[in-house]
Amino acid sequence: MTKLDLFPLWNSLRIALISTVIIFFAGICAAYYIAKLPPVIKGVTDAILTLPLVLPPTVVGYLLLRLLGPNRVIGKPLLALFGVKLTMTWWSAVFATMVIIFPLMYRTARGAFESFDRTLAYSAQTLGLSNTWIFWHIRMPVCRQGIMAGTVLAFARALGEYGATSMIAGYTPGRTATISTTVYQLWRTNDDAAAFRWVLVNLAISAVVLIAVNMLERKKA
Amino acid sequence: MSLEVNIEKSLGDFRLKASLPVEGGITGVLGASGSGKSMLLRCIAGIEKPDRGSIVLDGRTLFDHGKKINLPPQKRKVGYLFQNYALYPNMSVSKNILCGLHGVKDKKEREARLGEALRMFQLEDVAGHMPSGISGGQAQRTALARILVNKPKLLMLDEPFSALDQHLRLRLQIELKEMLAAYDGAILLVTHSRDEAYHMCDKITIADDGVFSPVRETKPLFADPATFAGARITGCKNIARAEKLGEYEVRVPEWNVSFRTAQRVRDGVKGVAFRAHYLNARTDENRFPVTFEGEMEEPFEWILLLRYEGQSPDSRPIWWRLPKDRRPQELPRQLGIAPANILLLYE
Repeated sequence: MTKLDLFPLWNSLRIALISTVIIFFAGICAAYYIAKLPPVIKGVTDAILTLPLVLPPTVVGYLLLRLLGPNRVIGKPLLALFGVKLTMTWWSAVFATMVIIFPLMYRTARGAFESFDRTLAYSAQTLGLSNTWIFWHIRMPVCRQGIMAGTVLAFARALGEYGATSMIAGYTPGRTATISTTVYQLWRTNDDAAAFRWVLVNLAISAVVLIAVNMLERKKA
Repeated sequence: MSLEVNIEKSLGDFRLKASLPVEGGITGVLGASGSGKSMLLRCIAGIEKPDRGSIVLDGRTLFDHGKKINLPPQKRKVGYLFQNYALYPNMSVSKNILCGLHGVKDKKEREARLGEALRMFQLEDVAGHMPSGISGGQAQRTALARILVNKPKLLMLDEPFSALDQHLRLRLQIELKEMLAAYDGAILLVTHSRDEAYHMCDKITIADDGVFSPVRETKPLFADPATFAGARITGCKNIARAEKLGEYEVRVPEWNVSFRTAQRVRDGVKGVAFRAHYLNARTDENRFPVTFEGEMEEPFEWILLLRYEGQSPDSRPIWWRLPKDRRPQELPRQLGIAPANILLLYE
């Protein structure tokens, strides 16, 4: 048995972690502020932000390439000004993953906020507590379960992202390879045994994440 | 200790119009659900914004449409006890009360004030418990302690007993009244229960479809509500339109009777009312033939439904309420009412 090059594992984990952390805050912010918008604007914003959930990841990848590609609206000036390439690098996958997992975080956080008993916030306001304090000490802890669920779901999905990632970051062993792109590549090149080992790695990580969450929830309850 | 509210607010078809001075003591806001009672409290607290008017508390303007003043709830110093008590489920009883003490920066003093509050509200035994693990009465006391340590200028209680079991309510009314005795600001108590209002409040305004009647002393209000809404909400079962017949006489067309009254009938009288237990078989005054058409049994009383001779078939039957031990073997053919018990309604 040949030694397994662990780069795809490390790369997948860092992409998933970074995008989950960013989307954790972005999703919660969006959920909090969009809930306050007037109904019509809320409906439209909501639809746009949820779109990546229902679009095929390849369509998301295509749209990202249209924006970030070396000759496109965002990619071109960044390359010209700072010499930063936004595609075919490992962090390109972070962009793709963020777009894909955003709706998961946003929608679960919104659901949690919507079921939040508003009289809790009102009573705290009448006691003179600031809205920021109320958000961090009352709203977030009370909505903890929903937000946790959203975060885990987002992380798990980030770890498994394939379609958009493969389009924008490609597959370069040791540079952009993730677990999911490696599995595909190994299978395509008839290296069934190696592909199977990566499948097992992926299964193990997913199982550990889900079991950890279950145990965490039980302890708190 | 005074609150001056003059506001209007529309919400869809609903229109709220309140013009109330509220002074020391407990002022009741009595009304059916949907009459705008809670909306009034939310406007005073700064949770809802009125369309017009002003709210002034102890000379401090909380809201003034014309002057574009609208203080946030945080700056109003208005205590609000919510129907469900709104305890923070992620914090213990002590932590909940500490939320009301956030303005006290000195840690020692804060702890001292907390200890004092726990003692005063008899919460020492449950200080470390989470809200899900305490009784309804303890939850009410925790919420009240959290508000009172914050030293509000005005205290508003929204249906404070509705979250409690029926058999606890009377006891907790007595308890709450004792705890509130130490509070020296004005108190607004919202309720739909005339018993609660009668037990708890010195004065009462009646909310009827968004309109708030002038504040009146509780006892005179119950003795002579003077309005249809007041008669209804204070529990009068027999209410009808009426017109003036003489200085001390009114005609009630739908019941086909005329009543002599003890009160002088002013011009513009619109209706009469009498309470269900004031009908009397032995009274000679205002005595008219009746026919019985139904009855309802209560634990200690009978409610007999009857009609006057010639009473309009569209109008509702008259209620006669009498203690079980006073129900005669044979139902009387005629019933009277003392003129003093005929209430005159003017709007």
